Amino acid sequence: MFAYLKQPDDRTENVIIDYEGKALSARAGDTVAAALLASGVDVFRTTPVSQSPRAPWCMMGACFDCLLEIDGVPNRQGCQVVVAQGMKVAHQKGARRIDS
Amino acid sequence: MKRVPLAIIGAGPAGMAAAATATRKGLEVVIFDEQPAPGGQIYRALESTPLRDPVLLGSDYWHGSELIDALRRESIDYRPGHMVWQLTREGEIGVIADDIAEVVVAERVILATGAQERPFPIAGWTLPGVMGAGAAQVLLKTSGVAAQAPVVLAGSGPLLYLVAAQYLRAGSPIEAILETTPRGNYRRAMTYVGGAARGWRYLQKGLSLLRELKRAGVRHVRDVTALRAVGEGRLAGVEWQTGAKPGIWQACEATTLLLHHGVIPNIQMTRALSGEHDWSDQQLCWIPRRDSDGRSDIDGFYVAGDSGGVGGARVAETQGSLAALAALASLDHIDTPTFEREAQPLRRALASESAIRPFLDTLYRPADTWRHPSDDVVVCRCEEVTAGEIRRVAKLGCSGPNQMKSFTRCGMGPCQGRMCGVTVSELLARESGQSVEATGYYRLRPPFKPITLGQLASAAEPAEKAHRSETEVS
Ligand code: FES
Repeated sequence: MFAYLKQPDDRTENVIIDYEGKALSARAGDTVAAALLASGVDVFRTTPVSQSPRAPWCMMGACFDCLLEIDGVPNRQGCQVVVAQGMKVAHQKGARRIDS
Repeated sequence: MKRVPLAIIGAGPAGMAAAATATRKGLEVVIFDEQPAPGGQIYRALESTPLRDPVLLGSDYWHGSELIDALRRESIDYRPGHMVWQLTREGEIGVIADDIAEVVVAERVILATGAQERPFPIAGWTLPGVMGAGAAQVLLKTSGVAAQAPVVLAGSGPLLYLVAAQYLRAGSPIEAILETTPRGNYRRAMTYVGGAARGWRYLQKGLSLLRELKRAGVRHVRDVTALRAVGEGRLAGVEWQTGAKPGIWQACEATTLLLHHGVIPNIQMTRALSGEHDWSDQQLCWIPRRDSDGRSDIDGFYVAGDSGGVGGARVAETQGSLAALAALASLDHIDTPTFEREAQPLRRALASESAIRPFLDTLYRPADTWRHPSDDVVVCRCEEVTAGEIRRVAKLGCSGPNQMKSFTRCGMGPCQGRMCGVTVSELLARESGQSVEATGYYRLRPPFKPITLGQLASAAEPAEKAHRSETEVS
């Protein structure tokens, strides 16, 4: 479980995103992955192979374990997309493979 | 199609230094970076981090502000949020930003794509709650987000201590550090203590971090020889064995386990360009071939920073400047005497900055057990292929990673082998009795990351924002 540290001098604005129908508050400039983790979301997706749960591993775009459905588009790397006001984010269930 | 004399890929220390050096000489430069802000992983979010107290992240982090200021100040065409998805030997660079694709042609290209954490395959490492220590540091730097107790760190290397110290400074407790550095490494590393003496500043930093952790009373378990993450659907605890009590599992509760075994070069692009790579037995990773000034074996391409072999941030910065000078000289933008005059001090600086490497590489070399996981351990996280399956297929006569890929799908997922590649090379080499060098690596080709047809189409019609297609390009 993750949480935002209290930073009294942090004047960054907050934005609200929608995760699975719930409103979550995030710091403007945060990645979707950071925002979700800080709000207590600990499972991002289930794998296509065995439906096992996954969450971010690398936070730098390498592992693809942070895949989410963002604004209706599946297979987006949550650690590479920055939050925007009103963004709709959904857990990614299995989904089809993305071959490369 | 935009044409530029020099393109740089990556805005970490190497890329930023290269851009600044070339721009000061009056060359037009474009620098593409996937991240939304400059700094690479080491100086990530330096301009916006909520942890403004300089003590929290430390002076090595804040050193990056000089490079970032230079990048912002100079008239550099800096393109954040630009993902390079393809690259050709002719210098054509396909980039995507905000769903719009574009192709830029560069006469010279400096690859400064950095490093990633070495895969750390143990039982349970795919469980939510287990992540790279570097990933936890990214969360801390970018968003001031920290894992809540109980947090366990496991592995080896300076970053492990650094993350632990940064957590403590930020008021986040650490349950335990499980150190996997093999006992024998200390003795072996002493052979290189001459280099370490020249890297004295570096050593002192390491020692002062250790003292800081000790003062804080963090439980520090040494000589950990086996490790597993346990839990149903998410991490619940960590179990380990030590050299002193072989065969006895000890355990503690944990909701977050941060793993670290150093970093390895990001070689996606040099591989896709079919550059030569050598297996480094010292760093236990593939290293693209380049000369000491950064010229790769691919005409017109340079490699600077950790993507050409791990040297750390200061080395990367110097290599970036040096590679830029080499590119400037080959473009006849500066003459040979100027090049030599300016390259000399940089080469000298490189020699002294990298003197500590053999010592560090030897001290923090992960033991065989970590690189040759037991049969039940998942090696390919994307396709969920275990070490046992890899060994089984190897026994059937499969000798190379590419054949392995078609038999098992290992390495075929979206990460394109980033998380399993080194493990697969080493596992296959051992099973077949060949060298890692002879065993080889995955053949890679663009796109470096999956892109959609709609994004691709937009490259052809750059003026209009193309509709994003759901179909992905293979
Ligand atoms: S967490 Fe690894 S790619 Fe996003």
